Amino acid sequence: MTAAPAARTSDARTSGAAPAAAHPALLGTAGALVFLALWEAAPRTGLVDARALPPLSAVVPELVDRASGAAYWIAVGDTVAAAGLGLAIALAAALALGFAVGSVPVLRAYTASTVEFLRPIPSVALIPVAVLLYATDIRSTLLLVVYASFWQIYIQVLYGVADIDPVVEQTARSFRFGRAARVRHVIWPSALPYVLTGVRLGAAVALILAVTAQLVIGSPGLGKQIQAAQAGGAVPAVYALILTTGALGVLVNVGVRALERRVLRWHPAVRGEAPV
Amino acid sequence: MPEPALPPDTSQGSGPMPEPMLDVVGLHKTYPGDGRPVEAVRDLTFRLEHGEFVCVVGPSGCGKTTLLKCLAGLMAPTSGRVELAGRPVTGPPADLAVVFQEYGRSLFPWLTVRANVELPLIEKGTGKARRRELVEESLAAVGLSGSADAHPWQLSGGMQQRVAIARAVAYEPAVLLMDEPFAAVDAQTRGDLEDLVRDIWRRLDVTVLFVTHDIDEAVYLGQRVLVLSAAPTVLQEEVRVDLPEERDQLDTRKDPRFAELRAWAYAEIQRAKADVHRSGAGPRE
Repeated sequence: MTAAPAARTSDARTSGAAPAAAHPALLGTAGALVFLALWEAAPRTGLVDARALPPLSAVVPELVDRASGAAYWIAVGDTVAAAGLGLAIALAAALALGFAVGSVPVLRAYTASTVEFLRPIPSVALIPVAVLLYATDIRSTLLLVVYASFWQIYIQVLYGVADIDPVVEQTARSFRFGRAARVRHVIWPSALPYVLTGVRLGAAVALILAVTAQLVIGSPGLGKQIQAAQAGGAVPAVYALILTTGALGVLVNVGVRALERRVLRWHPAVRGEAPV
Repeated sequence: MPEPALPPDTSQGSGPMPEPMLDVVGLHKTYPGDGRPVEAVRDLTFRLEHGEFVCVVGPSGCGKTTLLKCLAGLMAPTSGRVELAGRPVTGPPADLAVVFQEYGRSLFPWLTVRANVELPLIEKGTGKARRRELVEESLAAVGLSGSADAHPWQLSGGMQQRVAIARAVAYEPAVLLMDEPFAAVDAQTRGDLEDLVRDIWRRLDVTVLFVTHDIDEAVYLGQRVLVLSAAPTVLQEEVRVDLPEERDQLDTRKDPRFAELRAWAYAEIQRAKADVHRSGAGPRE
């Protein structure tokens, strides 16, 4: 379920404008209800083993029970903190490097092959390195989260910095804008939609990697709780925690979308009209 | 008094001339293409006197934009020189403003109308009180005082181009360059904007170079029309527009002299298109 926000991001811009036959939110709710009903029915009818997938009605009370205890919220907090902090570090680094490298074509060409090599390395392949360096400390999680989400944002920043409208550029030059004004009024607004797309992609990846790191390395958080529940044979608890990570993913995506709409309300893609 | 016969008198008069506002001498621009350089502007020499309103027309692809970029200091010519009030243009000059055709992209959509007009003044270092004054005045001049707090994209195309004009005017340029500014607005709005530009030019002490592909517009607006040849561009012909200073969308366009001038300019442009085949040096379109 944690992968859902990442998968939905690809068609984000295009799907918003297409008119739907029925109200999309209504359809979405109906779809979710059918999914939950199937979940309930599958183990009850013996389609799947109830020990591997307990029915929804067994998971929900478990979730409610856990949510009334402090340990659950501490785990949620740890996961959100690791993902959030990692994302913030990745964003800062990607902005600084992306603006610097993106504004100098030579530097960009010089680093392109290295970036193309480093970028596809799965962050989870770095788990041994993280454990060697930081054991089960939060820094292990951060290393994985930062590595994974950095590339998502960095690549977007590079594209954004390169995608400057020549008319805007000439306008700024003809009015003799200084370096600072050019960055603020020409480069930054042009890059901003890309940056926010990068943040949206990076946030989903950050959450995935935070849970993965906790699950595999055992640093504190929801991942570690899932691992502990699984070791103790508490299958409904495992699903209750998985549901929690899914809910976090949805919240993150909704949050970044709202931020996008707010920050980019002047942007043609948000106002829903073509530029002249 | 009889009307002067065609071709119209293009002489600048004799005797010592005051320093021109804009002086273009032997302007030449060749783009270094991939192995095949493209000569866009071959040789252009002309001058604009202080306070003149000059229109530039030519067949499409005739290097109008290249010329304008060289004049605005946005692009260096391959050879030749451009001087603004006696000073050579090596980069965008402080006393020149450009109005671009693509107003929707030239205005900053995240800023209000007021902030759009004010931003170049902030960059110029104009004091706050004076800025406020200039913004109010220029927005009033284009009839947009009521829309100062709107965002450009909330306005119609014609209103957006008014904002761009206000921004240029507030900058207090000695020379205003306009690059086909009304090519993207509808015909009625266009007439209004033409009259607005004439009005601003007459009220403010500004020299205007107006690039257009529209012959009627050039004759209606200008005191003088420069006809460019097809690329590689030379100055094909120029004409003094001896229409009354007071121009009106209905009466001026009905004036027989207006018809003569536009017919003459039209013929010149047709000749410019035909000439390119004979010269054989033109780049492929």
